Amino acid sequence: MVTSVPAAMFVTSRESFMSDPARPARPPLADILFFNLTRGAALLVLVLLTAIIISLVHGSWDSLTHFGASFLLSPSWDPVAQNFGAWRPIQGTLITSFIALLIGVPISFGIALFLTELSPLWLRRPLGIAIELLAGIPSIIYGIWGLFVVAPILMEGKELTWLGITIPPIQPWLTEVTSGIPVIGPLFDGPPFGIGMFTAGLILAIMVIPYIASVMRDVFEVVPPMLKESAYGLGATTWEVVWNVVLPYTKTGVVGGIMLGLGRALGETMAVTFVIGNSYDSIDSLFHAGNSIASILANEFAEASDALHYGALIEMGLILFLITFVVLALSKLLLLRLQKGEGSHS
Amino acid sequence: MNNSLYLRRRLINGFNLTMSTLAMAFGLFWLGWILLTLFGNGLEAISWATFTQDTPGPDSAGGGLLNAIIGSLMMALIGTLIGTPIGILAGIYLAEYGQRGWLAPTARFINDILLSAPSIVIGLFVWIAYVQYIGHFSGWAGSFALALLVIPVVLRTTENMLRLVPNSMREAAYALGAPRWKVVTVVTLRASKAGVITGILLAVSRISGETAPLLFTALNNQFFSANMNQPMANLPVTIFKFAMSPYENWISLAWAGALIVTMAVLILNVIARSLLKKEST
Repeated sequence: MVTSVPAAMFVTSRESFMSDPARPARPPLADILFFNLTRGAALLVLVLLTAIIISLVHGSWDSLTHFGASFLLSPSWDPVAQNFGAWRPIQGTLITSFIALLIGVPISFGIALFLTELSPLWLRRPLGIAIELLAGIPSIIYGIWGLFVVAPILMEGKELTWLGITIPPIQPWLTEVTSGIPVIGPLFDGPPFGIGMFTAGLILAIMVIPYIASVMRDVFEVVPPMLKESAYGLGATTWEVVWNVVLPYTKTGVVGGIMLGLGRALGETMAVTFVIGNSYDSIDSLFHAGNSIASILANEFAEASDALHYGALIEMGLILFLITFVVLALSKLLLLRLQKGEGSHS
Repeated sequence: MNNSLYLRRRLINGFNLTMSTLAMAFGLFWLGWILLTLFGNGLEAISWATFTQDTPGPDSAGGGLLNAIIGSLMMALIGTLIGTPIGILAGIYLAEYGQRGWLAPTARFINDILLSAPSIVIGLFVWIAYVQYIGHFSGWAGSFALALLVIPVVLRTTENMLRLVPNSMREAAYALGAPRWKVVTVVTLRASKAGVITGILLAVSRISGETAPLLFTALNNQFFSANMNQPMANLPVTIFKFAMSPYENWISLAWAGALIVTMAVLILNVIARSLLKKEST
């Protein structure tokens, strides 16, 4: 009985074909509805992006027309005098993200290398999950931890009685070690208050490591074993294989992963807000308190005073969104290129 | 001569591999340190009152986080309920109908960018498009902002999971005469159920710790309120406010909240991953 049902359906559908051979069979109404429903949802993603950009432009219109292009490079931020400029927060955003990459990229590379080449097989999964959990920890937790735990250690060190060791005050130590060295010395010559650009960059570095490391691990894994084995067969050491075979093969993907980390670092809000110090002063050292676009939004937006203040803050949001959009788009394009290349190699 | 070159290469290799192992240890070290700090400070601060009393006023003793926990749960629930269907439907389009045309690749590209876009901008967007018009902060606004963060996560996992379903299953269903919508909902979507649920759990875990998008949408509320049309208390913003305050009681409640949020997020993460693992083996 069960077998007879499909057969019957087949006959009826063929009959409907035969009755009107010029027209292809129309899909049932439910199919059309379902197709359009899913299509609508996919379109919504594009609508969402457009809506975000339009509303940010609309919301910052006052500021856009009032300040024009000078907004980008003006260092003043004075709600009372109605004079706003984005330069300091942009600077802070770029500096902290740069520190984050400087610390985060080599460590992520090390982690990816360990996970793909060195780790025993049974350890790979748990270690990979542990690193990914680092990405799962909410940014506010990094913030509260940075403010109450990391900053005091940077400022005045800590005595670990249960280990019998003392961590020296890291910031004064860095100031001392680097003093006299041109360029680098002044960077570390500042008030050792624990909070500031340096601390924000350090915390950001920890936050971007899981993103960069997991992309690097994924792209390292696509390297054909044949290539690696050939190099090993020629007598190369593990490091030489990674440096001369794996890395050149995956470089677009690696750069894509770094860009992804950069995109994350640029827009990171809460962790930075806690430890950056919220100051509009000019920055002459990394230990100085500063500001980033995201932190200024978090600190000031809910208490903005008037239309122009709102406009200026929203314009900062617009700038942040455009910068991260470009960075993330580049990252995505690079990763796509690696995927395509992978297809043609195999 | 040859021997010294060999030795040098081996030394470089050994050194770099040691550094790599240290980098791994370094990563784990931070995770361990953060969790240790959280447990150390959080367990001390957490008590029965944390779950039964509302947030205290400034400079007063006692109190808990009840209103913030309830607010967070409500907004996360509604955000997920709004965002999930959209994410799943769009994911279906990308995986099942997206072989031709411009829409699927474009949507995939944009979605991947929205996935990593700064969440504070999403908060800003909801403020401009909604809060500004109704004139006050509200729980709905918070839920909308969270829903917008759910969509990219669910969309991406749904698409990836549907793509793993072998084509022969679709063909078998078609051969039985099933219409396309039935093939998708009853066969492919059901086959990738575990993966899709994983995506939803990951999305929930992401939004339960998000602070930035709630700052300008739900804001916060010191009192208990289940009214979605009013500013709504929530854990992340409460943690932010309390941690930045000078009051000791508030700071210790902030640690309690931080521990609760982190545990919720990590447990959701681990459940999601174990679900996926069971499915793939």
